[in-house]
Amino acid sequence: MKRWTVLVLAAFLGGGGASAQGPDSPVIAIRGARIIPVVGEDIPEGTILVRDGRIEALGKDVVLPSGVEIIEAKGLLAYPGLIDAYAFLGLQEITGVAATVDHRETGRFNPQVRTIEALRFDSMHIPIARSNGITAALVVPSGGIVSGRSALINLDGRNQRDMAVKPAAFLHVELPALRSGRVGAMGTRGGGEAPPADAGRILAEVRDLLNKARFYEKRRAFASKNTLLPKPMYDDTLGPLADVARGELPLMISVHSEKDIKTAIQFVAEEKLKAVFYGVEQGWKVAGELKEAGIPCVIGSLYDMPPVWEDGYDALFRNPGLLVKAGVRVAFSSSSATAAKDLPYHAAKAAAFGLDKRDALKAVTIDAAEILGVGGLMGSLEKGKMANIVLADNDILEPRTNVVHVFIAGRPVDLSNRYTELLDKFKKKGS
Amino acid sequence: MPKKLRFLILALGTLAAASVSAEAGGSLLIKNGTLLTVTRGVLVKADILVVDGLIRKIGPSLDAPPGLPVVDVSGKYVIPGIIDSHTHIALDGTNEGSEAITPEADVGRVVNADDVSILTALSGGVTMVHTMHGSANPIGGPNVVLKMKWGRPSEELVVPQAWKTLKFALGENVKQSNRTIQIGGPPPRYPQTRMGTNAVIRREFLRAKDYLAEWERYEKLRTSNNPPPTLVPPRKDLRLEVLADVLRGRMVARCHAYVAPETLEFLLLSKELGFKVACFEHAWEAYKIVDALAEANIGISVFADSWAYKMEAAEGIAYNAGYCAKNGVLVSINSDSGERIRRLFNEAAKTMKYGGLGEDEALALITINPAIQLGVDKIVGSLEIGKQADIAVFTGHPMSAYARCDMTIIEGDVYFDRDRLVREREEAVQISPAGKRGGLR
Repeated sequence: MKRWTVLVLAAFLGGGGASAQGPDSPVIAIRGARIIPVVGEDIPEGTILVRDGRIEALGKDVVLPSGVEIIEAKGLLAYPGLIDAYAFLGLQEITGVAATVDHRETGRFNPQVRTIEALRFDSMHIPIARSNGITAALVVPSGGIVSGRSALINLDGRNQRDMAVKPAAFLHVELPALRSGRVGAMGTRGGGEAPPADAGRILAEVRDLLNKARFYEKRRAFASKNTLLPKPMYDDTLGPLADVARGELPLMISVHSEKDIKTAIQFVAEEKLKAVFYGVEQGWKVAGELKEAGIPCVIGSLYDMPPVWEDGYDALFRNPGLLVKAGVRVAFSSSSATAAKDLPYHAAKAAAFGLDKRDALKAVTIDAAEILGVGGLMGSLEKGKMANIVLADNDILEPRTNVVHVFIAGRPVDLSNRYTELLDKFKKKGS
Repeated sequence: MPKKLRFLILALGTLAAASVSAEAGGSLLIKNGTLLTVTRGVLVKADILVVDGLIRKIGPSLDAPPGLPVVDVSGKYVIPGIIDSHTHIALDGTNEGSEAITPEADVGRVVNADDVSILTALSGGVTMVHTMHGSANPIGGPNVVLKMKWGRPSEELVVPQAWKTLKFALGENVKQSNRTIQIGGPPPRYPQTRMGTNAVIRREFLRAKDYLAEWERYEKLRTSNNPPPTLVPPRKDLRLEVLADVLRGRMVARCHAYVAPETLEFLLLSKELGFKVACFEHAWEAYKIVDALAEANIGISVFADSWAYKMEAAEGIAYNAGYCAKNGVLVSINSDSGERIRRLFNEAAKTMKYGGLGEDEALALITINPAIQLGVDKIVGSLEIGKQADIAVFTGHPMSAYARCDMTIIEGDVYFDRDRLVREREEAVQISPAGKRGGLR
């Protein structure tokens, strides 16, 4: 009871930040699993010791403290939790029911909005994703030109603030899609206004905003030093852009076509920004330039047709392998809420079309973590890292594989979810 | 059409046409594959002899008659061509949704053999699809079963042996729940509720019964010894004629059904009126009424897990397919999409996790089960002697996400050959101006 009080207090007080340490995370030893740290060699049979939400030790021989809770994992594979680098988890329940959709604000420029402030921490899609081995996700806004700020969250916690690893991870800019409207589930194309087609013109507008933000910041700084100067009126859109201009808030640019990617590379270089690209369907055509610019890429959903038929029926499937071959760092994404659990299968699909299997795994673990700026915190099984650990009975990227245990920030996670609850309910009832 | 696209399609068309004989199917020997026959277990390092489009021999070390093309598939997996029980591809127009009842609108009349979705399907090992009238109204038109014979004229795609099926639909699409009402746009169409939907379907069937009785009475009098001189035939009604065929048993119903109550009610309606339901489409809540479905011997054609895209799919759990299959319902996994169709094998594999199906059971969901649902299990759906040689070759076990389809064969003719496609693509890049500049890879 006492512990619960502390816990509730922590939930109220802990405004944001990583939820690694908690009074409720027990000392756990995962024993006998084949450990796949992702960085470094596999450990055929080893132990992982978890304390205070972190990996305290791992290896073939780990001395266990007394009173430790032991999870027997012989025959299982231990992976770092998977990371979805672009998802709508918590912002969308039923795609077709507008009342349940919160990731797309109206208007063209919305740097002031933050997904963390709308994130439904008890979304039915979150427990489904984590019971498939996904332990963290970048929850993104969409729409317009500047869509807002994403949040990197752990997929477990008492509320969205408790789950937040980075409450404001990226500012998102969207360049035109390759087709007007994507092919939906029923083969239909999305309606609505077609986006302006010219990436150069869009980025010129963003550039104007960045300059405005730089000037705005300067004026406010001067005004605070010199009372004779009028302070510029508070503008909620310019603050986040100033963060971007200073390089404190990275940009994630949704960019799809070869031509637009080139334009975006130039924009990032000229403005001296920290940026990651998302989508990048024709990235393979400019892989050398991407590598040169050092811009990592979050791959959009592979559940889509090639952007143009000339690229080949398998263009989306081959793209990640070709990018990695050229030296570009990539991460995969579900680009979804309702199908977020499918993240590992996007990686496997790319592996079927040329991406090395180990690189496929890295692109949903350590490389994703590094691209999202949390490489020191998660994405691999290493001493000192957050204990986001998945125990599976087979290859984690295979659909047939069963996830047996999930730990997020050192806490064992309940694997029941909307699927299992409904199945159990009607199994009992029969027909 | 962009020039390059036309070039590619032409190139592929020639590829297909060059190797396709006009009437009898092709002949070839497939050697050294791991055969997943679906109905006869797994055969390691075995061959398939195909003559004139039919599987003639299966076994180790078969000899090829002189001149017969040999395809060596060492290290690869060979499965029966994948069958998609529910799509809307290869059609010029999907929905006649202007009225609630349009059984005269036959999609078989608008088959589009140039739809690139056919090529997409082939690239995922799919050889046959049931392509359907859409779900916009309660009673739509007849559907059609097609083989994915890319490059052949549309009439050659149609599978005449398949059951004649008529589309029905229930739920949100029919009652237009997700329609944006526009000022000056069309007024709401009756029905707007699930009770209205059931009522119009019952009404049409009862009218069709009367219509059928009228014709029977007429035929009886006409063929009697003493036909009355004033006898005139009843008026022909093209809508009721189709429904009469359903009542006569010449056609079977395929019904889009989402939530459990509407699914159960349609099942009861079919019993009451005496027509056969071959399959419920999507059937998201089949798991809630699994005993009723198993008892009525009605199959379901469902997504593996694409759910929560509308309210009636909010309880469409990933366990649905596997759980129903384990409880005596004939289940197939469908794509309903020109994109998902190429990864149906990945979708089927999900039932191993959600539902605990074995490899063979999961593979059956996209081969023999849909074949049974379409009434073509005597000719396709498994690797058996005497069946049509619809075959797909994969780099690994198709229930593995790392597997890739490398070749798709229909009736002994190769319609998709990845090696050749990649080779031709590279050649095309070499000769293109952009390729010479190094702009394409």
